[in-house]
Amino acid sequence: MTRELWKGNEAIAEAAVRVGLEGYFGYPITPQNEILEWLSQRMPEVGRAFVQAESELGAINMVYGAACTGARVMTSSSSPGISLMQEGISYIAGTELPVVLIDVMRGGPGLGNIAPSQGDYSQICHGGGHGDYHPIVLAPASIQEAVDLVPLAFDLAEKYLNIAVILIDGSIGQMMEPVELPEMRPVVRKDYPWATNGAIGRKRRVLSSIYLEVSIEEEVNLRLLKRWEEIQKNEIRFKEYYLDDAEIAVIGFGTSGRVALSAVRAARSQGIKVGLFRPISVSPFPARQVAELAGRVKSILVVEMNAGQMLKDVQLAVGDRAPLEFYGRLGGVVPFPNEILGEIQRIAKQPPSLDGNPTQRWLARMTTPKK
Amino acid sequence: MATIVQLENLVYSRPAAFTDTPTHYCPGCTHGTAHRLIAEVLDEMKITDRTIGVAPVGCAVFAYNYMDTDFVEAAHGRAPAMATGIKRLLPDRVVFTYQGDGDLASIGMGEIVHAAARGENITVVFINNAIYGMTGGQMAPTTLPGMKTTSSPSGRDVELQGYPIRMAEMLATLDGAGYVVRRSLHDPKNIRLAKKAIRTAFEVQLHGLGFSMVELLSTCSTGWGVTPVESLGWLEQHMIPAFPLGDYKISPSVAAIKL
Ligand SMILES: Cc1ncc(C[n+]2csc(CCOP(=O)(O)OP(=O)(O)O)c2C)c(N)n1
Repeated sequence: MTRELWKGNEAIAEAAVRVGLEGYFGYPITPQNEILEWLSQRMPEVGRAFVQAESELGAINMVYGAACTGARVMTSSSSPGISLMQEGISYIAGTELPVVLIDVMRGGPGLGNIAPSQGDYSQICHGGGHGDYHPIVLAPASIQEAVDLVPLAFDLAEKYLNIAVILIDGSIGQMMEPVELPEMRPVVRKDYPWATNGAIGRKRRVLSSIYLEVSIEEEVNLRLLKRWEEIQKNEIRFKEYYLDDAEIAVIGFGTSGRVALSAVRAARSQGIKVGLFRPISVSPFPARQVAELAGRVKSILVVEMNAGQMLKDVQLAVGDRAPLEFYGRLGGVVPFPNEILGEIQRIAKQPPSLDGNPTQRWLARMTTPKK
Repeated sequence: MATIVQLENLVYSRPAAFTDTPTHYCPGCTHGTAHRLIAEVLDEMKITDRTIGVAPVGCAVFAYNYMDTDFVEAAHGRAPAMATGIKRLLPDRVVFTYQGDGDLASIGMGEIVHAAARGENITVVFINNAIYGMTGGQMAPTTLPGMKTTSSPSGRDVELQGYPIRMAEMLATLDGAGYVVRRSLHDPKNIRLAKKAIRTAFEVQLHGLGFSMVELLSTCSTGWGVTPVESLGWLEQHMIPAFPLGDYKISPSVAAIKL
């Protein structure tokens, strides 16, 4: 296969078609519109289901129904739309159905703006919906990586009967890069023993998330948690760069990880021993790997396009093993490599201490007028 | 074994599309009647094994325990969206939702209107009992002016709480709707007419003629605070004038179906 220039959103949508997407339901919201628009043409062309829903509530519940048939189904949205979908996401989790969701994050809170952000990390990874459930969340840092994660997201969703999310920001959705897309595969609808597709020649089936008997609801919760344990054991993904001899580790996911890599390279050229740890599965979070890393380095810098949402997962993993610093840009601002380089240089000169709170230190730096 | 009723004399039996589970409904509630009518129609049309039901949030949340088809359980109000997802993936299956007035006309207003507007090939059985039964008798969008509920204790004040919504009339204005009618479950004659309408609605779906809905005026003696027998009279006296029975939309292609 040759590499072609593709826009992120369109590449993800086309990759989904090629790996057997049978039904897509979505609602317009920038910066993910190209997913909906691409599929509005492609899905009918290949004889598959596409509906522009009346809202994200409609979309998530259409995808909920479609998933009940055992077909490969997907929806996509951006931050405010993802908030609206949370009820449905909780129902899908409670019914144990495979669904893929693409979240192209934008600046918030509220209506915010349409610029790239990572402000949905907490609501996606730690559950914006009610009850105890855990989506699988994959955070690519390039269009190629996003495309490669599309079949994986479907496979994981179907293997674990779980929601799988591809979490990107508006910049990955909107930019163009050369990518290699997967080959067109034939659609194979799996014959799941739970699919409600008409009780022809078999006993009827019921799919629901209601368990009025509390002891049974508790059992369901325990089953979900056991499955999550399996996922945590088997599905940790991350990438390491220049960490072998590093004294400073930068941790960042998606676009902030990508920008941090440029900063790490620049710092290396100045002789600073720094490397990058980029989680790809942000849920399950590579906590053990981050803990080990903390034992090897002198300090850790967490970089995000939010106010430190992943930082909390890092803090849990690191504990007292290494001092932490945080650098975040908010509201749709993407950090420049130079800003992160400045943070790395500062830490190299004066390593942070274990005392105090990295978020407070960062906030103080952000809000102190520069002389 | 001696049977009391000889097969040739049997005029009334449990529909095959019913499960053996007794319903949990209050005495006098017409949810059970509506369930039975659907089951009889599924039997007559021999489509039980091709049908997927979508249960609501409301008193009929356990509808799936009583009808012997595949079933899914929707979030409150979202049954038409869920049915859309199923039907689009399984166009040769029969998909129906069963929804109360809080479910369909309040929280799920967006989903029902757009399913109808898209001409979604699904059938909707809409139970209008003018009240929120399951949560203890609060005001519904279909509660009559002056009617007492637990959240309109001195009667629905239209100045403050607005007016009832007539869903059949409203949805009938949409081009995607093929068949929209209102019937009542308060006496045998009307129950027979209701069954005929449910049959037609499923036929509309089988013929691919768009969205079909049968609104059924129903009782809630518990929520209304009357006896089961009184509730039937109350429905006839108060609900039918506010929600006139009739055919609100029969598209020309639907009119041409021969039953
Ligand atoms: C999102 C959400 N909001 C509220 C509820 C609580 N609730 C359950 S049933 C119901 C009303 C049902 O009334 P109706 O649809 O008229 O059906 P009936 O019980 O009268 O048959 C409500 C408000 C819920 N389950 N989910």
